[in-house]
Amino acid sequence: MSTTATMTGSAPVAPGQAVEPRGPRPKPFFTPKKIMIYSTLIFFSLYFLFPLYVMVSTSFKTMPEIRFGSIFALPNQINFDAWTRAWTSACTGLTCNGLAPGFWNSVRITIPSTIVSIFIAAINGYALVNWRFKGSEIFFAILIFGSFIPYQVMLYPLVMITRELGIFGKLEAVILIHTIFGMPILTLLFRNYFASLPQELFKAARVDGAGFWRIFFEIMLPMSLPIFVVALILQITGIWNDFLFGAVFAGTHNQPMTVQLNNIVNSAQGTPEYNVNMAATVLTGLVPLIVYFVSGKLFVRGVAAGAVKG
Amino acid sequence: MADIAVKSGEEARDVARPGLLQKTFLKNLPAKIAALPMMATVLVVFVGCTIWTIYYSFTNSKLLPTGKFVGFDQYERLFTTNRWNISVTNLITYGAMSLVLTLGLGFLLAVLMDQKIRFESAFRTIMLYPFALSFIVTGLVWQWIMNPTLGLQGAMRNLGWESFTFDWISNPRMVLFALLIAGLWQGVGFCMILMLAGLRGVDEEIWKAARVDGIPTWRTYLSIVLPMMRGVLVTAVVLIGSGIVRLYDLVVALTNGGPGISSEVPAKYVVNYMFSGGNIGQALAAATMMLLTVMIIMIPWAYLEFGGKGKRA
Repeated sequence: MSTTATMTGSAPVAPGQAVEPRGPRPKPFFTPKKIMIYSTLIFFSLYFLFPLYVMVSTSFKTMPEIRFGSIFALPNQINFDAWTRAWTSACTGLTCNGLAPGFWNSVRITIPSTIVSIFIAAINGYALVNWRFKGSEIFFAILIFGSFIPYQVMLYPLVMITRELGIFGKLEAVILIHTIFGMPILTLLFRNYFASLPQELFKAARVDGAGFWRIFFEIMLPMSLPIFVVALILQITGIWNDFLFGAVFAGTHNQPMTVQLNNIVNSAQGTPEYNVNMAATVLTGLVPLIVYFVSGKLFVRGVAAGAVKG
Repeated sequence: MADIAVKSGEEARDVARPGLLQKTFLKNLPAKIAALPMMATVLVVFVGCTIWTIYYSFTNSKLLPTGKFVGFDQYERLFTTNRWNISVTNLITYGAMSLVLTLGLGFLLAVLMDQKIRFESAFRTIMLYPFALSFIVTGLVWQWIMNPTLGLQGAMRNLGWESFTFDWISNPRMVLFALLIAGLWQGVGFCMILMLAGLRGVDEEIWKAARVDGIPTWRTYLSIVLPMMRGVLVTAVVLIGSGIVRLYDLVVALTNGGPGISSEVPAKYVVNYMFSGGNIGQALAAATMMLLTVMIIMIPWAYLEFGGKGKRA
């Protein structure tokens, strides 16, 4: 502060006179306060980064190297063996086909449930803002409240419902469940977003005779790209990371990746292959990590938007 | 009451006036149809399933939910079951530590990040990335790090520090702290982001005024800024709190309830009794207790948030 003051507003220097530095010295970079701030931040960064380092470095090691080396050590050489095994031949319970089937199951679950839940939520939000009807606010309030109910409370009845529908143990059941439980937060997101758009647009379209669907598809949807992206990020990461619903509803032959991963690592039989385990862990974390790094600030926005009230 | 869209309904109301009751029903019909999935979800899942669970928690259902009404028997049994009581104690212990530390560390990191530091976005990226990962991944990584022979403990002993002990994951007394380390790793970044948004929302003028008055910085944070962030704090507490009650995946991946039953949690108790224990009545009674806990967290919040200020959120 004071250094800038001396630089800008000090007495003029007489010509010919050597310019002596005046005023207090410019603040050095290493003040005790800064050292405190940065050392704390770096300490925590190490805590946050350490597991990533351990995961990746272990996955490139060989088993002897792991057994006789240290968890800190870098791998002697980059060895993709564990990765191939994790992907193609690790045992996940009954079968030993690696994570690949789980990956594709997760893809088959994530894509439709993301699309369907976002579409339904967008319509809900639009109806709640522009086409309120008797009771719509009450439904919305229960929906938001319901999102806080522990899943375990609704788990068994949902098993019975999906069984009645004939989809229990199939991917459709998992998709349905994700669509249901994605609805509250997404509806809230879209409702808040549509409420922030100028009402005049909607009114003008009404006057011109456009109906419910036309206004939705031709006016609302084209304007809601930003919120769509946020919803997309929330849903992809959320659904990909799910364990409980996949474990309960998918059945033994359709397990998503997270369930398979847990089976690989926590299965009791055989000597644990830590390098394969860690390669499998990295592989499972890859999709949400990619979403996180690619979406950057939007991820933060998605997280914050999801946190607003739901 | 013809309760159509308040702001946009004038034209619609004019159209509807000549009609009768039928017209009230038909009015906004596309909107009603479009909202059907939401209505079905609310009625069938959130209301219906919850009532179903509460009802059957009063029966002696074993393998199938067909038992007869037995009053509070399941609840009595629940609270005399060692495993449940340990689960509840664990959840309270873990929950209290986790809530305090997540909020505390989240706030501390947010304050540090708010000091106009360099590399802010790099730090932010590093702190938040674990939040993108699943609890299963989190649990398995930390399970490996805390492996008593090959993990951190082994590495430190290899380096010559023979007495170094970090066996929390296999030590019944310490296992909750192992859970805490992994849980904080996953969740602190998210709390930091919320708090940072809260801090940035505080008016710069407040800071200037505090500086003019000569109030020390820490004092400004505690007495002025924190109370101003009430909204963010409440949101954080509700989110972290309901997350804690749901704690399940992390335990399954990190310790699977062990060693013994020393890291069991209620959510896991419910799932185990429901699907492998074959004692549905017990599971549903336990689930109802979880519901009750969440209600106790939620109702004061809902009151603060929506009570008094009118219903429109």
